[in-house]
Amino acid sequence: MEAVFRAHGLSKVYRMGEVTVPALRSVDLELYRGEFVVMLGPSGSGKSTLLNILGGLDHPTSGSVHFLDHDLATGGDKGLTRFRREHVGFVFQFYNLIPSLTARENVELVTEIAERPMTPEDALRLVGLGERLDHFPAQLSGGEQQRVAIARAVAKRPDVLLCDEPTGALDYETGKLVLEVLERVNREVGTTTAVITHNSAIAAMADRVIRLRSGTITEVRRNERRASPGELSW
Amino acid sequence: MVTRWLAPLDRKLLRDLLHLRGQIAAISVVVLCGVATVVAMRTAYRSLSLSQASYYAGYRFADVFAQVKRAPEPIARRVAAIPGVTAAQSRIVVEVTLDVPGLAEPATGRLVSIPDRRAPMLNDLHLRRGRWIEPGRRDEVLASEAFAAANRLEPGDAVDAVINGRWQRLRIVGVALSPEYIYEIRPASLFPDNRRFGVLWMSRDALEAAFDMKGAFNDLSLSLARGADQPDVIARVDRLLARYGGLGAYGRDDQLSNRFISDEIKQTRVSGTIIPAIFLGIAAFLLNIVLSRLVATQRDQIAVLKAFGYSNGVVGLHYLKLAFVGLLVGALGGLALGTWIGALLNRQYTQFYRFPVFAFELDATALGLAVLTTAFAAGIGALNAVRRAVALPPAEAMRPEGPGQFRPGIVEWVRADRWLALPARIIARNLERRPVKAGLSVLGIALAIATLVVGRFFLDAIRYIADVQFREVQRENVTVVFNQPRSAQVVHELAVLPGVLHAEPFRLAPARLRFAHRSRRVGLLGLPQDGQLRRMIDRSRRIVALPAEGLVLTRKLGEILGVRPGDTLAVEFLEGDRATRAVVVSGFVDEMVGISAYMSGRALHRLVREGGTVSGAFLMVDALAQDSLFGLLKRMPAVGGTVSRDATLASFEQTLQQSIGITMTILVGFAAAIAFAMVYNAARIALSERGRELASLRVLGFTRREVTTMLLGEQAVLTVAAIPMGLTLGYLIAVKLAGLYQWELFRVPLIISRFTYAYAVVTVAIAAILSGVGVRRRLNRLDLVQVLKTRE
Repeated sequence: MEAVFRAHGLSKVYRMGEVTVPALRSVDLELYRGEFVVMLGPSGSGKSTLLNILGGLDHPTSGSVHFLDHDLATGGDKGLTRFRREHVGFVFQFYNLIPSLTARENVELVTEIAERPMTPEDALRLVGLGERLDHFPAQLSGGEQQRVAIARAVAKRPDVLLCDEPTGALDYETGKLVLEVLERVNREVGTTTAVITHNSAIAAMADRVIRLRSGTITEVRRNERRASPGELSW
Repeated sequence: MVTRWLAPLDRKLLRDLLHLRGQIAAISVVVLCGVATVVAMRTAYRSLSLSQASYYAGYRFADVFAQVKRAPEPIARRVAAIPGVTAAQSRIVVEVTLDVPGLAEPATGRLVSIPDRRAPMLNDLHLRRGRWIEPGRRDEVLASEAFAAANRLEPGDAVDAVINGRWQRLRIVGVALSPEYIYEIRPASLFPDNRRFGVLWMSRDALEAAFDMKGAFNDLSLSLARGADQPDVIARVDRLLARYGGLGAYGRDDQLSNRFISDEIKQTRVSGTIIPAIFLGIAAFLLNIVLSRLVATQRDQIAVLKAFGYSNGVVGLHYLKLAFVGLLVGALGGLALGTWIGALLNRQYTQFYRFPVFAFELDATALGLAVLTTAFAAGIGALNAVRRAVALPPAEAMRPEGPGQFRPGIVEWVRADRWLALPARIIARNLERRPVKAGLSVLGIALAIATLVVGRFFLDAIRYIADVQFREVQRENVTVVFNQPRSAQVVHELAVLPGVLHAEPFRLAPARLRFAHRSRRVGLLGLPQDGQLRRMIDRSRRIVALPAEGLVLTRKLGEILGVRPGDTLAVEFLEGDRATRAVVVSGFVDEMVGISAYMSGRALHRLVREGGTVSGAFLMVDALAQDSLFGLLKRMPAVGGTVSRDATLASFEQTLQQSIGITMTILVGFAAAIAFAMVYNAARIALSERGRELASLRVLGFTRREVTTMLLGEQAVLTVAAIPMGLTLGYLIAVKLAGLYQWELFRVPLIISRFTYAYAVVTVAIAAILSGVGVRRRLNRLDLVQVLKTRE
C-alpha cells in the first residue's frame, strides 16, 4: 500500500517560558492510502500534537514529515495553508461551525475553494442530513452539528480526514452515529482517515491502531477485522 | 516581584491590564479627551470671570456712565448726592486726530483726564511701565498698553495730536491699563483697531486749558452702592444733565468695553459647558459600549472564577477595577492636560484682554462631575456585562458558547443570500443577528464623526462670517470719519483725491432706540439708497434693499428690543437738538456681525431736520495709492479718523482666533483621538469575539487575506454605515450650537463646508484603516491550535 504520510524522527518541544515540555519524542510513522487509523492515548500523550503536525497546523521541532511530495516540516504559512486547502479535511471535538452560516453554506464555504468538490447537498446526504440543508447550527443538535462538520470536511474530497476527538462532546448514541458516518465516508469515498481519541473502544473499528504515551508510539496494531460502529460499546 | 503581595485576583487584574493594554489605552484616551475638555473649558471660563471681577473691583470700575456736552463742576457734586451713588467722578474726554510715528494714516486718540494727584479715582489705572504724570506737566500722557504695543510706543516716545486746531506734541511717560478700556474700541466700531485708535490719559489741567473746560466737565462716572436702584439713578442723572447737553446715562450693560468682554466671557461659558457636555456624553457612551463588550469576551474566565467559589460581588468588583484603571489613567491624564490647556487658554485670554490681575481657578466641581459621569458610564457598562456573565451557571458558561442564535432572517427572506458571496453572508447575518450591538457600534463611530464635524464647524462659520462681512457687506476699503457732521460737499472733495475710485457718504447719528421698557444705544446709520459700497446682506448672502422710509434693524437688535416689522420705535437722538421721533421698523436684516440700525440717508436727514450733512464717507481706494492718500487725509482738518478694512479684518480674525479658534483646534484634535480610539477598540473586540471562528476558517484552508477580509469587512460595513449618520448628527449638533452662539458681537451661521464633512470622513477612514492594519497584524499572529482548543 502507498504511504501518504511519512514521518521520521518527529519531535516537538513546547517552550513554556523557561521550561521545555517535550510533546513528541522522535516518532516514526506512516499512514497508508485509504486506511482508517485510530490513535489512542491519554491526554498529554502527544496525539493532538501529532495530528496538528500532520494537518499542517504546527511545525515539528525536528525530524521530517511529508505528505506525498509536500514537505510539511519546513513549509511556510502559505504552503501549509494551500496544503490544508487542497488535501486535508478536519473534524474537531467542538465542531467549529460558522454560526452565521446554514448547514449547506458551511459546506459551501469549503467547496467554493476546492478543486473538484462534491456538491454540498451530496456531502450532507452522505452524513444523513439531506433534509436539514438550510438549518443554522443553532437549530441543530450536537450530533447533527458534528455531522455537518464531517460533511464540510469530506465535501472537497480530501486525501486525508483528520478527526480530533470527534465524539468527545457527544452522548453515546450520537457518538456512534457520527462514527458510522466516518466509517461510511472511509468505505465509500476511500478517504484516508485518522481519528484521535482516548476512548479505546473506538479502536476496534480501525484498520490500524497506534498507541501513544508520553510523546512516543508504544504500540502499532493491525486489526484482523474492522468492527462496525454498531458493534462498539463503551 | 510586586505581584507576590497581591491577591490572586489582583494579579490577574494586573496581567489582564498588560494583555489588554491597547484597549485600555483606547478607553483612557476617550476619558482623557472628555475630562480634559471639561476641565480646560470650565477652568478657562472660571478664571476669566474671576479675573474680570477682581479687575473691576480692584480698580473701581464705575457702574454708571454719562457723557455731556459741557456741564459745570458743581453739577458733579449734585450727581454725587443722588441716593445710591457712592462716588461721582467728573472728567474731560475728547477725541483728537493723532499723527503716530510709522503710521501712514491718521489715528484717533481719546484723551481722558485724570486727577493731578494720585487721588482715589473710579476706573483707576494700572501703570505697566514708566511713571505717572508729574503735576504741572501739560504735555505728558499715559498711553494705553494696547495702543502702545500696536504702534511700538514706549515711555520717552512722542505722538503729535491736533488739539484745538493746532498740532501739539504729547510725550508718553507711562503705559497703563484701565478696566474701562479692556476692549479698546472706537464708538460704532465692532473690533478694536489698536493701531489707529487708542486712549491717552492726560492731566485734567492740560485738558481744561486746551479745550476751554475750566471748571467744567463732559464725562461722568458713578459708582453705586450695593442694591442701589440703577434705572432710578440714570433717570435722575439724565434730568440733571439734560440742560447741559447730556447724551443719556447708561449702566455697565451699555458700556462698550464691558459689553464686549462680558459677551465673550458668556461665550466661553457656552463653549465651556455645552461643548464639554457633548464630548463627555459621547465619551461616556463609548466607554459604556467598549467596556461591556470587553467584559463579555471574558465570559469563560468569569465562569471559572465562579466555579472556584468567588461570589458575584467579588467578580463584579474585579471587572469594575479593570474598568476603573482605564478610567483613572484617563481622568488623571485629562486633569493634567485639561489644567494645562485651561491655564494656556487663560493666559491667552489674560494677555489678549491685558488684565493686570491673573486669577486661576481649577473648576473642581466640573472635574468631579466629569469623573463621576465617566465612572458611572464605565461602571454600568462593565457591570452589565458581568451580570450577564454571572447569570449563567458556571458549568454552562465554561462550555464553549453555543453556536450563535442564527435563524433565517431578512437576508433569507429577501433571498439576498442568493447573490451574496459566503463571506458577505457571514457579515450580513452577523449584523442582522445582533442589530442592537451593530447599531451601537455604528452610533459610536457616528458620534466620533459628529464631534469632528462640530469641532470644525466653528472654523467654517468664522471664515464664512469674515467672507460675507468683509467682502460683501463692507466693500469699501477705507472709511473716513469726520470730526463733526459736515456738508455733503466734503465727500465730493474726497472723491477727487488721487487714488479714490469711488466715494459714498454716510450719516451716523448716535441714538437710543426705545421700545416699551427696552432700549439700546446704537449709531443710526444713514446710507444712500442706491449705494454700492456698504450694503445690507443677510446670512444667506441676499442683498436687502434699503426702504425709502423706516428703519431696518439687525435681527438681533430687533430681538433685543422685542420689536417686529411694523412696530413703531422711539428714536432718541443723542446729539444736536436731541429730539425724540417715532419711526416705523420696516424690516430686519439677518446680519451676522454686530447690531446696527439702518435708514436711507434722506429719511434720516428729514428725521433730524437737517440738510444733507454727513458723518463720513466710505471710499473705494486703489491699494497702491492707499499710503499717499492717508498722508493727505491726515492733513485734512475735517477728518477725525480713518478705518482700514484690512486692519479691521485682521483684528476680527485675531479676536475670534483668540476666543474660539484655539479652543476649536484643540477640540478637533480631541475628536480625532476619540474617533481613533473608538474604531480601534471596535475592531479589537471584534477580533477577540470572532477569533475562534476566524481560526476555524484558517484551519479549513482560508488564507490570511480571506480571513482578514471577513473580519475587517464587517468593520468596514459598520464604519460606512456610520458615515451618513455621523454627518447628520454633527449637522444637528451644529444646528443646536449655532442657535446658542447668537451674541451681539457676532452670530454663528449654520455653515458647514464640504471640507469639514470630508475631513470627518477621511479622519475616520484613516482611523479605520490604521486599526485594520493593527488588527491584521494580530490576525497574522493568531495561534490556530490554541484558538481551537480554548473555549470562548
